[in-house]
Formats: sequence, C-alpha cells, structure tokens
Amino acid sequence: MSDDHTHPGLQHHVPLSERAKRAVAIHRLLARKNIVGPDEVRETIDRARRRSPADGARVVARAWTDPTFKTRLMDDAPSAVFELGYRLSRDAGLAVIENTDRLHHLVVCTLCSCYPTSLLGQPPDWYKSFAYRQRAVVEPRAVMREFGLHVDEDVVVRVVDSTADLRYLVLPRRPSGSEGMPEAELAGLVTRDSMIGVGEARKPA
Amino acid sequence: MSAPHDRGGLPTREPIDQTSHEWADWEHLVNALVGVLRRHDLINVDELRRGIEAMAPTEYESSSYYERWSASIEHILVEKGILSAEEITAATREIDAAWG
Repeated sequence: MSDDHTHPGLQHHVPLSERAKRAVAIHRLLARKNIVGPDEVRETIDRARRRSPADGARVVARAWTDPTFKTRLMDDAPSAVFELGYRLSRDAGLAVIENTDRLHHLVVCTLCSCYPTSLLGQPPDWYKSFAYRQRAVVEPRAVMREFGLHVDEDVVVRVVDSTADLRYLVLPRRPSGSEGMPEAELAGLVTRDSMIGVGEARKPA
Repeated sequence: MSAPHDRGGLPTREPIDQTSHEWADWEHLVNALVGVLRRHDLINVDELRRGIEAMAPTEYESSSYYERWSASIEHILVEKGILSAEEITAATREIDAAWG
C-alpha cells in the first residue's frame, strides 16, 4: 500500500498552510512507524461522520415521553444515554440541563470548544468562534437574539461554561401542540441549536 | 494577564458569524488523528489543551481551529520523544516536493 492510501483523499489541489502540512506529515510518520495503523484515521473519520444532532434528538424525545428515563438522564446522563446505545468518550463527563418556563440554559465553552460530540456530532463553527466564546457569558440575551431567540425578561438565563471534563446537553422545552406525538416524530422537532440553548424545539406543523 | 485561550468576557462587538465552512480533508484528518492518539494513550484531552494553551498569543489568534490542534499534537509528540521536530519538518518538505 502506498503512503497516500493512509491519507483520506487529501485534496492535493488545495494549498495547505504549514500547520496543515505538518499535521499530514505527522500522520505519515506515525503510520510509517506503525504507531498508528494504516486505516485507523480513515475509520475514525467515517465514525465521526455518522454522529449528528439526530442522536441527541433521540435522547431528548425519549426524555419527553418517558419520565423514568428522564429522571435517570438528569441524574446520571452517561449511563442513561448508554441505554440508547451511545458510549461517551471515556474522559468526558456529560450533564443534561433542563430548560423550563422559568429557566433557560445557554451552553458555551469559553476556553475552547468542549461539546457533547457523541450526541451532537461536531460543533458548528460559530460555537468555536472568538465572538461567541467572548460574548455568551457577558450578554447572553443579545447573543441569543442574533440566533432569533427572544427569551422573556422574566425567564432566568443561566450560561454554563463547558470544560474538558464536563460537557452539557440542553433538554429543551417540549413544544405545545406536540401532545400524543410518537417519539420518533418528536425527535424531528429537536434541533441542534435547541440542545445548545440558542434555539427552541420546533413547533409541530 | 490571562492566557490567549481564556476568551470569556473579553470585550468585542463582533457579531457571531453563523455560517459554517465545509471541512477540508486535512481538518478531518487532524480531528480523527487526535481520536486515534487518544485511543493509543499517546495524548489525552488535557495534554491536547495544554499544547494549545501553550501557543504564543499571536500564533493562537492567527491560527485556525485545527491549525491550533496541529501545533499541539506536534508539541506533545515531540515532548514525549515519539517524533522529532526535525523528522516532522523533513516529512513536511517531502509533501511540498510531491505536491508542489
């Protein structure tokens, strides 16, 4: 197998920065020395691509419909999501925080980009941006308005700052008009942004 | 003075750019490489963070997200003696020669 097979379809026509090239070089060296297997990176990329906010949405919909699951989820999120087949990275804790009519949570990682990727996939670019990291803790209502979310003044806004050891998933409010909907359809109402706190779950059509 | 990664509360009026870019292949590679190195117990999340947070403020601020990860991976692997900076540079020049 040629060296290039260990690189997942790198776009040779795209000019890479020095740091980008050095990362590719590091991977080549590690593969050459058999420190990492030839296909490990490619397989890891494929696995990462399969994760998406649909996973978190399943968890939310189950919590909306099954009160005992919700209790377990709020109490010990890693064990509860494992029941649905989600295994978290071993060094990342997870807490689920519930939005209510009186309390709204907004999640940020001011230090970097910690995020529950096992349930939401990769964070959006804005979550990693300096503007979001700097402003979310100072003017959360203004930040949320930029996303089109207006939180009433009588609702308390609590901003939670993620760490490498503890990431957060927001349990959004179940929308009115969704009574009696089956779990799979409820999951369709749960957006990525509602699980970060910059949005709410969609209302049923 | 706080370190460059400690962004919470730093004043800015910049609106939040909600557009997302399509990841380049090398960004997928860097993201996955960290996962692989974690599974091999060659780098953990705290080490990755330390490598990022050790960057000079100007480099931290001018680098893209995965360029910071690249800098950190190199820092930690070299520190542990798993790779040398010289061989990484040599392998990088091979890429230049092959890709032009």
